[in-house]
Amino acid sequence: MDKLFFTEEHTMLVEMVRDFANTEVAPIARELDETGRFPEEIVSKMGKLGLMGIPVPEEYGGAGMDTVAYAAAVMEMAKVDASVAITMAAHTSLGTMPIVIAGTEEQKRKYVPQLASGEILGAFGLTEPEAGSDAGATKTRAVLDGDEYVVNGGKIFITNSGKAGILLFTTQIVENGKSIGIGALIVDTDNPGLKIGPKEKKMGWRASDTRQLFFEDMRVPKENLLGQPSDGFKTFMKTLTGGRISVAALSVGTAEGAYQKALNYSTERKAFGKEIYKFQAIGFKLADMATQIEAAKLLTFHAAWMKDQGMDITKEAAIAKLYASEAAMKITTEAIQVLGGYGYVKEYDVERFFRDAKVLEIGEGTSEIQRMIITRQLMKTLRKTA
Amino acid sequence: MKICVLVKQIPGSEATFNVTPDGRWIQESGLPFEMNESDIYALEEALQIREKMGEGEVFVVTLGPDRCQKTIREALAKGADRAIHIKEEAPFCTDPLTIASVFTQVIREENPELVLSGLQSDDLGFGQTGVLIGEMLGMTTATLVVATEIQDEDIRVKRELEAGWFQWQTMKLPASLAIQSGLNTPRYPSLRGIMTARKKEIKDVSFNDLRNVDFLQSFKKLSIQHAEKHTEMIEGSVDEIVSKLVNVFKNEIRIN
Ligand SMILES: Cc1cc2nc3c(=O)[nH]c(=O)nc-3n(C[C@H](O)[C@H](O)[C@H](O)COP(=O)(O)OP(=O)(O)OC[C@H]3O[C@@H](n4cnc5c(N)ncnc54)[C@H](O)[C@@H]3O)c2cc1C
Repeated sequence: MDKLFFTEEHTMLVEMVRDFANTEVAPIARELDETGRFPEEIVSKMGKLGLMGIPVPEEYGGAGMDTVAYAAAVMEMAKVDASVAITMAAHTSLGTMPIVIAGTEEQKRKYVPQLASGEILGAFGLTEPEAGSDAGATKTRAVLDGDEYVVNGGKIFITNSGKAGILLFTTQIVENGKSIGIGALIVDTDNPGLKIGPKEKKMGWRASDTRQLFFEDMRVPKENLLGQPSDGFKTFMKTLTGGRISVAALSVGTAEGAYQKALNYSTERKAFGKEIYKFQAIGFKLADMATQIEAAKLLTFHAAWMKDQGMDITKEAAIAKLYASEAAMKITTEAIQVLGGYGYVKEYDVERFFRDAKVLEIGEGTSEIQRMIITRQLMKTLRKTA
Repeated sequence: MKICVLVKQIPGSEATFNVTPDGRWIQESGLPFEMNESDIYALEEALQIREKMGEGEVFVVTLGPDRCQKTIREALAKGADRAIHIKEEAPFCTDPLTIASVFTQVIREENPELVLSGLQSDDLGFGQTGVLIGEMLGMTTATLVVATEIQDEDIRVKRELEAGWFQWQTMKLPASLAIQSGLNTPRYPSLRGIMTARKKEIKDVSFNDLRNVDFLQSFKKLSIQHAEKHTEMIEGSVDEIVSKLVNVFKNEIRIN
C-alpha cells in the first residue's frame, strides 16, 4: 500500500509523525484521557512542525502536501491518541480548508497563514441542537444590517471551539427580510456576541475540546461571508467531504492502535500452557482485524488519492468513512476481548481506543447518513447506465 | 562555518537478524534501516552550531549502498544543506582504516572546519572513524563529546570521563569530534524540511574509486548468539554446597 499511494515524502512524513506521537504524545495519552486536559503544548509543537496545515498550499503558509499525506498523518497520530488526531483533523479539514476552497483572496490572506502555522486553531459549527443529521434545518439566522450580519442562534458539539481563534459556522442568511439560503460565516472567537459553553463531558475523545456555542446579537462583518449562499448549501457541503476522509483515517488509526496492542499481548499472554494467539479463536480474531484494517486503509487512501486527482468523491468518501468507522468499532471491541480482563482496565489502554471509536460512527455524518449518501449515489449511476 | 557530519544507516535495533547463506553478512531484505543514534545527535549539534552562528553550511557524508538515500534525505529534511553519498555495494567494507581513508579523501576536498561523527555505529561499534579521520586530516580530535562551544579560532568541548566525571577542553579548529548520544534534543524533520529535501544536492561518489588501501580486516563468519538457559543442580552436604557455590560466584559469575 505504501508503494501504491506513497512517495518518498509521504513515507518521511509518516515516520516523523510516528516518532513524534510515540515520543511526545504516547507518554501522556492516558493522563489526557483521564483528566480531559487539552494538550496546548502538543498542538503548539505540531504547529511548528507544519502538522496543522498539511494540505494547505504553500502560498498560504501550509506544507502544500496532498490529501494522501494529510490522511496518513491523521492515521498515524490516531494510532497513539485519537483526541490529538481529531484536534488536528477538525482544525485542518473543517476549520481551515473551507476557507482555502471557498474563501475570497482577502479571507485567505487574513486567516489561512495563522491557521496553517497553528498560531490559531480553527473550528467549524454545523450541528445545532435541532439540526444534526438534518443540517439543512439550521435555525441560526444572520440578518444583514448595513455592513454587518447580526447573528442569533447557536451550535452544539463543536470540536476545538473553546480553544479556537476563529470559528466557521453555517447559518441562514437573511437579507431584506428574506432568507436567501444557508451560508457560512467566519467569526473571530473574541466577538462579544459569542458565548462559549463549558466543555462537554464525553465517553471518548476526552482531550478534544467539544462545546456548545451561543450567538446573541453577534455582529459579523459582511465581508466574512464564506462563499455565496446563492451557490446553495450543497456546494458548500462539498467542501466538507475532506472531513469524511479525516474520520476514515482516524478510524483506521484507532483500529490499528488497538489491534497492535492486542497482537502484542497475544504473543505474551499464556493460557493452558501456550501463547493465546495459538488458539484458533484468538488467531482468527487477529486475522479478521488485520483484514478489516487493510481494507479500511485502502478505501481511505483511495478516496484521498481520488480527491487529489480532482475527482468527485461523494460516494468513495462516504464508503471509506462508513466502512472504516464500523471496522474501528468492531476491532476495538475484539481487541478488548483478546486482552480479557486486562482489556477492560485502563492500564492497558485498549479500552480507551474502544471509547474513542464510538464517535467515529456518529460525527461527520452518522453511519445511517453515510448509507443514505451511498444509496443516492448508487441510484445516480444506475440512472446513467440505464 | 563549514561543518561536515558523518551519518551512517544501520539496521533498526528492534529488527530480527538472520545471517546470509555464505555466513558473511546479515540478510537485509525486510530489515528496517535507520540513522545511527549518535549520528542523530551529531547532526543536531551541527545544525545548532550553524543556527547559533547565524551562517555556515552543514553537509552530511554517508558511506553505504543505495538504501542509504533514505537516511540522507532524512538528514536533509532536518536541515542539512547538501549531502555526499559514497556508494558501496555488498560485500561491505568493515575495515575502519579503509573506511576512514575513503572518508578523508572526500572530506579533504571540502575542507570543513569541523567534522562531527557519532561516537560509534550501533551495528559494528568500532568507534574509530572520527578519530582516524581527525588524525588523517591533521585535525585536533576529541571523543565522547557532550557539549560544544565555538570560540573564534577554537572550540571548547566537554568530554565525558568515567564515573560521572567531565572534562572541559579547548581545542584548535579545525577539529574532528566524536559525539556522544544525549547531548542535545534532536529535532523532528518539519514538513517544510521534508518538502525541500528533494531539491537539495546529493553528490554520488564511488567507494571503489576512492579505495586506496587494502582491507586490514574483514568478516570471515558471522553467527548469532542464542541465549540459553542452563540449570545446574548443586548437591552434597551443606559444606560441599557452600564451597561449590562460592566457586561458582568467584569463577563463573565473577562476583568480587
Ligand atoms: C465528539 C463530537 C464532536 C463533534 N464535533 C462537531 C463539530 O466540530 N462540528 C459540528 O458541526 N458537529 C460536530 N459534532 C456533531 C455531529 O456531527 C452530530 O452529532 C451528528 O451529525 C449527528 O447529529 P445528531 O447528534 O443531532 O443526531 P441526529 O441527527 O438527531 O440523529 C439521531 C439518530 O437518528 C438517525 N437519523 C437521523 N436522520 C436520519 C435519516 N434521515 N435516516 C436514518 N436515520 C437517521 C441518526 O443516524 C442517529 O442514529 C460532533 C459530535 C460529537 C459527538
